[in-house]
Amino acid sequence: MRWCHWVNFPILTIMIWSGMLIYWANDEYSVTLFGHTFFRFFPDWFYNTLKIPHRLSEGMAFHFLFMWFFTLNGIIYILYTLISGEWRELAPKRNSFKEAWLVLLHDLHIRKTAPPQNKYNAAQRIAYTAIILMGIGSVITGLAIYKPVQFYYLTWLCGGYHFARVLHFALTLGYVFFFVIHVVQVFIAGWNNFRSVISGFEIVNENPKPAVQTAKKNEHEEA
Amino acid sequence: MKTLNQQFRQLRKMSMKKPKKELTTEQKINRRNFISFTAFAVLAGGAYEGWRWLYKSPEEAAGITGGARKPLRRALNKTELVFRRLFSNNHLVKTYPKSMAAKKVRVNSDIGIEAEKKFDPATWKLQVVKKAGDILQVSLDELKSLPKTEIVYDFKCVEGWDQVQHWAGVKFSDFIAHYKLDDLAKMQYVGMETPDKGYYVGIDMPSAMHPQTLLAYEVNDKSLPLNHGAPLRLIVPVKYGIKNLKRIGTISFSNSRPRDYWAEQGYDYYSGL
Repeated sequence: MRWCHWVNFPILTIMIWSGMLIYWANDEYSVTLFGHTFFRFFPDWFYNTLKIPHRLSEGMAFHFLFMWFFTLNGIIYILYTLISGEWRELAPKRNSFKEAWLVLLHDLHIRKTAPPQNKYNAAQRIAYTAIILMGIGSVITGLAIYKPVQFYYLTWLCGGYHFARVLHFALTLGYVFFFVIHVVQVFIAGWNNFRSVISGFEIVNENPKPAVQTAKKNEHEEA
Repeated sequence: MKTLNQQFRQLRKMSMKKPKKELTTEQKINRRNFISFTAFAVLAGGAYEGWRWLYKSPEEAAGITGGARKPLRRALNKTELVFRRLFSNNHLVKTYPKSMAAKKVRVNSDIGIEAEKKFDPATWKLQVVKKAGDILQVSLDELKSLPKTEIVYDFKCVEGWDQVQHWAGVKFSDFIAHYKLDDLAKMQYVGMETPDKGYYVGIDMPSAMHPQTLLAYEVNDKSLPLNHGAPLRLIVPVKYGIKNLKRIGTISFSNSRPRDYWAEQGYDYYSGL
């Protein structure tokens, strides 16, 4: 459901930005292996460029407003996908994990052919389903650190307050990683594909007569 | 260019009242694309303008709360209402064994209890404002004669850090019951201030009367040091650290929000966990 996708984009951007305003106040996470710190989240130049420091209260106010929109949009998306049956195109199938490897090899130009696919290929099925699960994870870990007393069971589920915060942070890194790959793939997929995400054109989902439209378009392409 | 021409033709067609001919498939395709992209651009522009409106919205007038953008403060207050409905005194803060409590308890702030200020704990008495001009004074020894409650829990700061700490003192609800302040406790808020009025908090009554809220005089089985708010501080585990006032000077009750140091600086008034 492309509306949800485009609504989510600015909301998630705001959530990540305001999340960083909050994170700055206690930026304790780093990548440390065998006692050596490789990377500290985040370097000072990064904070200063983005005007992050000393805005904790502002960050919290934005975060706790847009959390509602983020959650609501997610619920609408999931309900729509379930009810419309579109989840069938999205959920990984039994052979998806094996196929996804072949898709990866193909995309990296190691392998010439890719497995046949419908709307989404196996790698997409896995990635797009994972991102939805990550979204749910962000809401759950978010609630676990936002109201650890009232939602004590969520906090327990997330391995305690401290660990829930780490998870919440890690999921955000996951979004950024997803975003980078996603945008690269969109560029590779080309204009026609991108256009379809705006117009809903290749796969019509908001059109009163979707079947006819899709069929006609296919005819046209073949002609 | 071709597509533009086509779009133009379509627009003309659309403006005609009764198109006589069925549109060709290609025209339909282009028309739908045009509509989609226009709608997309308009909505994107709208979203951007909406964001600019929010981002540049004026700061609220300084009062009980301050320092936040007006719409965001409204959102914080509405969100408070949602979560206050969920609040239950049956939801206890998770407790830990004493062995897990930090030996070095973090000191994060000295607002209202700055070291250079003269303060003698020996002459201190807690002032409870029952009504204007009627002040109940309670000494530390009197407080210590009440049942002592201990708690080892994960103290949480708005900044994002947390630490398992061990506090002990009088349960606030025991204190209310002992001094027969029940009528005052029917009001909606408790206000607490440091003796120098430099730091002050407002707590909603359900949180104050929560069974784990303490007037604490001990940390790690020892009397509070000055930097932790000697002789008596508030420990309210259902709130962020900013509400855990050090060195309580006066306690008062009201039906409107008492002044609150950090709520005046853009933070959520409720700050409940």
